[in-house]
Amino acid sequence: MGKYLSKKLLIYLITFFIAVTINWAIPRFMPGDPISILLSRFSGLEGGREIIEGQFVQSFGLNQPLLTQYFNFWRSLFAGDLGISIYVFPKPVINVIKEAIIYDIILLVPAIILSWIVGNKLGAYSGVNRKADNIMMPFFYFLTSAPYFWFAVVVAFIFGVKLAFFPISNAYSSTVQPGFNLPFIFDFLKHWFLPFLTLFLVQLGGWAIGMRNMIIYERSSNYSKYMESLGASDRLIRNYGFRNGILPQVTGLAIRLGTVVSGALLTEIVFSYPGLGYLMLRAILNQDYFLIQGCFLFIVIMVLAANFIVDIIYMIIDPRVRLSYSGEV
Amino acid sequence: MAAREFWKRHENLYFALTNKKVLIGISIFTLMILLAIFGPALTPYSYDEFAGEGYLPPSKDHLFGTTLMGKDVFTRTVYGLRSTFAVGFIAGTIATLIGCIIGFLAGYYGKWIDEALMMITNIFLVFPLLALLIILAAYLPYRGIMTISIIVGMTAWPWTARAVRSQTLSIKNQGYVNLSRISGISVFRILREDIAANMFSYVFMVYILQFSGTILAAVGLEFLGLGPTQGVSLGLVMQNAVNWNAIQLGLWWWAILPGLVLTILVVSLYFINTGLDEVFNPRLREM
Repeated sequence: MGKYLSKKLLIYLITFFIAVTINWAIPRFMPGDPISILLSRFSGLEGGREIIEGQFVQSFGLNQPLLTQYFNFWRSLFAGDLGISIYVFPKPVINVIKEAIIYDIILLVPAIILSWIVGNKLGAYSGVNRKADNIMMPFFYFLTSAPYFWFAVVVAFIFGVKLAFFPISNAYSSTVQPGFNLPFIFDFLKHWFLPFLTLFLVQLGGWAIGMRNMIIYERSSNYSKYMESLGASDRLIRNYGFRNGILPQVTGLAIRLGTVVSGALLTEIVFSYPGLGYLMLRAILNQDYFLIQGCFLFIVIMVLAANFIVDIIYMIIDPRVRLSYSGEV
Repeated sequence: MAAREFWKRHENLYFALTNKKVLIGISIFTLMILLAIFGPALTPYSYDEFAGEGYLPPSKDHLFGTTLMGKDVFTRTVYGLRSTFAVGFIAGTIATLIGCIIGFLAGYYGKWIDEALMMITNIFLVFPLLALLIILAAYLPYRGIMTISIIVGMTAWPWTARAVRSQTLSIKNQGYVNLSRISGISVFRILREDIAANMFSYVFMVYILQFSGTILAAVGLEFLGLGPTQGVSLGLVMQNAVNWNAIQLGLWWWAILPGLVLTILVVSLYFINTGLDEVFNPRLREM
């Protein structure tokens, strides 16, 4: 167990290290001299000259040898210094990101968990019931193939424009006072619902298909056939298959986290939901390189953290790992 | 009699051609390719031209309606479809090739080569690829379809490498591979004749998945405004629609139809893939 976790941790640490290195290297070695673009953009802004002197000379330190520049980059990173944003000048990038990342978390966590649970249940049902299988499967294929942001547009159009049940942009109305009061919470939930629904539905198909195939495999295995010959109910056989199928699905969750997070970024853009994705688009449109890099780093951190949590969950629910740890086997 | 002999020898082909999912998938996919090839010839407009009044719903003149500014959405979609196919072919091929080579090497040689290659693969696997693509593309001042395809292909290979590795591992210890090894046949020939030949069906399915995966990754990039700097792409059409509030203004033809074409394309690939899965795995065929 310790070995399993430490190997995973090593991979995450190396990945983080590479992400930071990419962040450091790309503006310095990409064609087109992005640093001089940045310099010229900053010098056009009020107070930009001081930032050039502070930021570029200290943390970039362009006149120093590359290795020193690299160490300085790490040092300023741990001091929480990711540069100054151009898009919301002169706010530090780290503060801009801190405000945005909350929205990603409240969108992603419920969507991932609920979708995984509901998708697996539906898939298991579809694996034993031919009729349900024929009706639901085309729908699941469609869901799993739809690009996240296109599906977001469809959801926004149907529920936001045609039926006009929900608002389709921003995280809350400009008329309510943000804070812990009922009108605000209600308004917030109303804005939150459609992006959530999009993420929930799009993932659903993948989980259902995965679990369905797993159940079909399990059903043709010897223990299922034996149970069937003993006269066990469909439900019981399905439940045993479900328990066997759930582990690969947790692994699948770890593999798909990156895709889900990326999809969420694009979904936010459709709903103008002020998370990292929306911020990233603004940053790209404004050529705000510090902000792009900051978003990149935090997306990587977010995915790594989520992966780590899934690893721990895997260890807890896999009886082989769990029991070997408590010494029962 | 000859026909029967033929089908007996090509059993998989027989099952593929009688599988409903494969047939539906291939038909739609072919239709899409035809649309991408002949579509631009079918429409009298060019993709950047103001082809008529703005805000027109789908009609005979404008199959997919027009944008707010009066560009023909159908024209933009078929041109975009072309670049999407180009990205899928190039990036899908690159990703499959890299994945196969790394998977073969790791699976065949084992030991530290396996450890090292799998370490790299696992790192790529946890990396959120869209973020990586964004940071690469954002710093490229000029991007063509080729550049986009290459960076997408270079980042999409990891799961292929893992899958090919485990397949190689299971074939490696079969008797006939051992026999080849004892006979002193070169590693390259063993890989090609004993291992790759037995994995062909599997690799073909991987390629289909890579095709659709790279298409979706590229469209995501285009949607963020980081697609090819010139020309039109499906992601760009959709980005324009969202930017110009096409949803709020009720221009569903602009906001939804181009993406629908893309989704149908991906669904068709998915159908081919699951159909082939049933063809190659008799256990699933029974369902």
